Amino acid sequence: MAGIAIENVRKSFGSMTALKELSLNVEDGEFVALLGPSGCGKTTLLRIVAGLETRTSGRILVGGRDVSDLPPRERKLAMVFQNYAVFPHMTVYENIAFGLRMAKADRTKVERQVQRAAGLMHIEHLLGRHPGQLSGGQRQRVAVARALAVEPSVLLMDEPLSNLDALLRMEMRAELKAVLREAGTTTLYVTHDQTEAMGLADRIAVMHGGRIEQLAPPMAVYRTPATVFVGSFVGAPPMNFLRCQAADGAVAIGALKLACPRNSGEIVMGVRAEDLLPATAGTGLPFEVRVVEPLGSHALLTGTAHRQQIRVVYAGERDVSAGETLHLAPIAGRICWMDAADGRAIEGTT
Amino acid sequence: MRPRSLLFWAGVATMCAWVLVPIWLIAAGAIGGRQGVFLWPKSMLPPEFTFSALAVFLRIEGVGKALWNSVAAAAMTMAFATLLGTPAGYALARFSFRGQNAYRLLILLTRAFPIAILALPLTVAFINWGLYDTTLGVALVHTALALPFAALVTSSLFVGIPRELEEAAWIFGCTRLQAFVKIVLPLALPGIAATGLFAFVISWNEVFAASVLTVRERTLTAYLLTVLSESPLHFRFAGGLVLILPSVVFIFAVRRYLFAMWGIANR
Amino acid sequence: MQARPAYLPYLLLAPSVLFLAALFLYPLAETILLSVRTAEGFSFDNYRRMAGDLNFASALGNTFLLVGVVVPLQIALALGLAQMLTKITRGREIVLWVWTIPMGVSDLAAGLVWLALLTDRGYVNSALFALGLIDGPTGWLSYETPVTLFVAIVLAEVWRATAIVLVILVAGFGLIPKEYGEAAEIFGATPWQRFTRVTLPLLKPSLQTALILRTVLAFEVFAVVFALGGRNFPVLVSEAYVWQFENQSYAVAAAYAVVVMAISLAATAIYLRVLRVKPEARL
Repeated sequence: MAGIAIENVRKSFGSMTALKELSLNVEDGEFVALLGPSGCGKTTLLRIVAGLETRTSGRILVGGRDVSDLPPRERKLAMVFQNYAVFPHMTVYENIAFGLRMAKADRTKVERQVQRAAGLMHIEHLLGRHPGQLSGGQRQRVAVARALAVEPSVLLMDEPLSNLDALLRMEMRAELKAVLREAGTTTLYVTHDQTEAMGLADRIAVMHGGRIEQLAPPMAVYRTPATVFVGSFVGAPPMNFLRCQAADGAVAIGALKLACPRNSGEIVMGVRAEDLLPATAGTGLPFEVRVVEPLGSHALLTGTAHRQQIRVVYAGERDVSAGETLHLAPIAGRICWMDAADGRAIEGTT
Repeated sequence: MRPRSLLFWAGVATMCAWVLVPIWLIAAGAIGGRQGVFLWPKSMLPPEFTFSALAVFLRIEGVGKALWNSVAAAAMTMAFATLLGTPAGYALARFSFRGQNAYRLLILLTRAFPIAILALPLTVAFINWGLYDTTLGVALVHTALALPFAALVTSSLFVGIPRELEEAAWIFGCTRLQAFVKIVLPLALPGIAATGLFAFVISWNEVFAASVLTVRERTLTAYLLTVLSESPLHFRFAGGLVLILPSVVFIFAVRRYLFAMWGIANR
Repeated sequence: MQARPAYLPYLLLAPSVLFLAALFLYPLAETILLSVRTAEGFSFDNYRRMAGDLNFASALGNTFLLVGVVVPLQIALALGLAQMLTKITRGREIVLWVWTIPMGVSDLAAGLVWLALLTDRGYVNSALFALGLIDGPTGWLSYETPVTLFVAIVLAEVWRATAIVLVILVAGFGLIPKEYGEAAEIFGATPWQRFTRVTLPLLKPSLQTALILRTVLAFEVFAVVFALGGRNFPVLVSEAYVWQFENQSYAVAAAYAVVVMAISLAATAIYLRVLRVKPEARL
């Protein structure tokens, strides 16, 4: 078993900087998700760890061993690719056995490991087939089984579920989590899907513009985003951010008055859509509803408060219709205060 | 069938006939024997079916040798073009490097020049290098014709094989060469074979350079060209038929790749 | 980088570059050199000798005439065939195969095929005789009948080399998503408008390739002409062949080669310019 240490890794393509001096430690057996929008550098970082991409500077250590200048095959890790990269001219069995064969494992070991990996992914019945005869979901299972078969100490995954349909994705997510927890494999997982990252990871590294904005357990990232970007990228709907004026250490919006960590000037109040509860008229924040989207367990309301657009998850009994004005009060302790200038959370406020 | 679609299929059939009937008729000329050639007026079927004319043709002094030279030159061209073109195609498909555009320009230039004509100045050089009037010399010039094509087509083949397959092989313990041999090559092989066949036909069909560069070691095309004016008609038809038959088989063999090859060779 | 050493692509390209240098660039330079070198030094004497030859003007004229007639015919025919192919649902494979057979047929063989048809006692004459249009064996391929000889060469060239244009265009059609035509149809375009407004512009890159390839090869036309008409219909390359062998004058042959190359290059340049597709308008 081994952890991954990424130390001051920088990557530039010509004049463009893809990664800005970035460090990240993945503990032994830990599952870390690299989460971010496309172009944030998360895949580049993963490929640098794999040895598929060069770094401009910095070091990569796997299990304490500096692998920075080793070719991929000597880094002792496994990887699952976004488009699966299952070899089309080999049977499922041979695909899963590939890594073992390259390591010159003896026949009984190959047989045992392939059967075990196939069993974990429930594809024992497909071993004799070629990938062309499989569905996307099955191919994905083969790709994961191929990675598990070599019993890697470190597993890299590049958006492995993004090509599956929503239902399959949910199923695979749960299975992956169970299998990887069981095996205790150190995993670095790239995704742009925040539900995936939230559901799977021990810690999430939210990336933006070539740097890590926040590295924290899922609920911490969700509840206390380090920046406005993190708050709006993680969670659906994104966190609401209201720009307000502070005066004497508090802000007043309508009838709502909240203590804030600034004495004066502009400040941003961040609050999750489900943390705004209906209040009696004349006490809370007035919210003019423009669109109502009923979603079954709750309704998603979009409208304006304090002349800014916000979204509210409404689970109340009464039906709400567009044009109505609600009064909302945030749940105490669920408000994040952000600096209006740089968008960073103000320390010690939550 | 509606009249419109009847008309349509009649058009399709006409165009098929436009291709096939001339081939049938030269075949009839070749197997119709001496009488068939002078028969007047002719019928669609030859007066007699005899392969004697064809057999006689193949036994004529020089024909057998020319046929062998043609096959040898074409086989060498196939080997050279594939062996030189495939690595180039792989480099074009998988790397971005300084000088890439210069190489592409070189390839494009070969297309804009009538390469066979370049055989003219090569005579002198070939005499000096001992390549004049050898099958190897002909094959080398034919390789110059086929190589740019082979590089472009194999490059499009490799582009079509996802890079991730190779990367996965590296991750799971392959060197670059192993990954190429185990993963890329098996997938590209049918296409490479089609490219090789195409090179074979380019050489098999080439007339000008082969005529310029040989005197005794004629290829079949060069041989036919030189004896054209003094040989009897049925002899010429037999020669034409022998030239055509491999092509028909070849087109059948590579028909699946023809379009994929040209679709991407366009770029 | 460890996974991709920087020298690797050059290593892979080196054999083909060296080869093309020896068998393309070297003879190219040599041809040009040969054509301007005379016993006294460098001059255009060889070109003067070439241009002074009786056959030069007619060879030049014939070649251009041939290219001017054959290439447009082939493009038009191939476009028609490609359009037909899009409508064929059953048997498309076999039709396609038949139509592409001539692609593998050499120009010499094609010349011989059409010789079988058009010779004095050939099939065409037999058919014309049966229809009562001629009285007996008639020659079409002699120097006394330049028009029919020309027509015969055109027929043979169209028969032989339309297939390559067809293949390029069918491949090009395959790259155009069907939705564009369907969208045009929804917005009320007639089939002809769909063809001229949507298909043709999107087909431009393929047309360009086909035109360049065909034009360059058509300027090289040689064996078809030789097989059908012998020396009755001089073209540039056949004159080069004659100078090389019968007159043993390599320098004048080289001058011919340079002329053919110059014309081919000019044609390519023109196609590249006229049929330019702006990068932002690519598929």
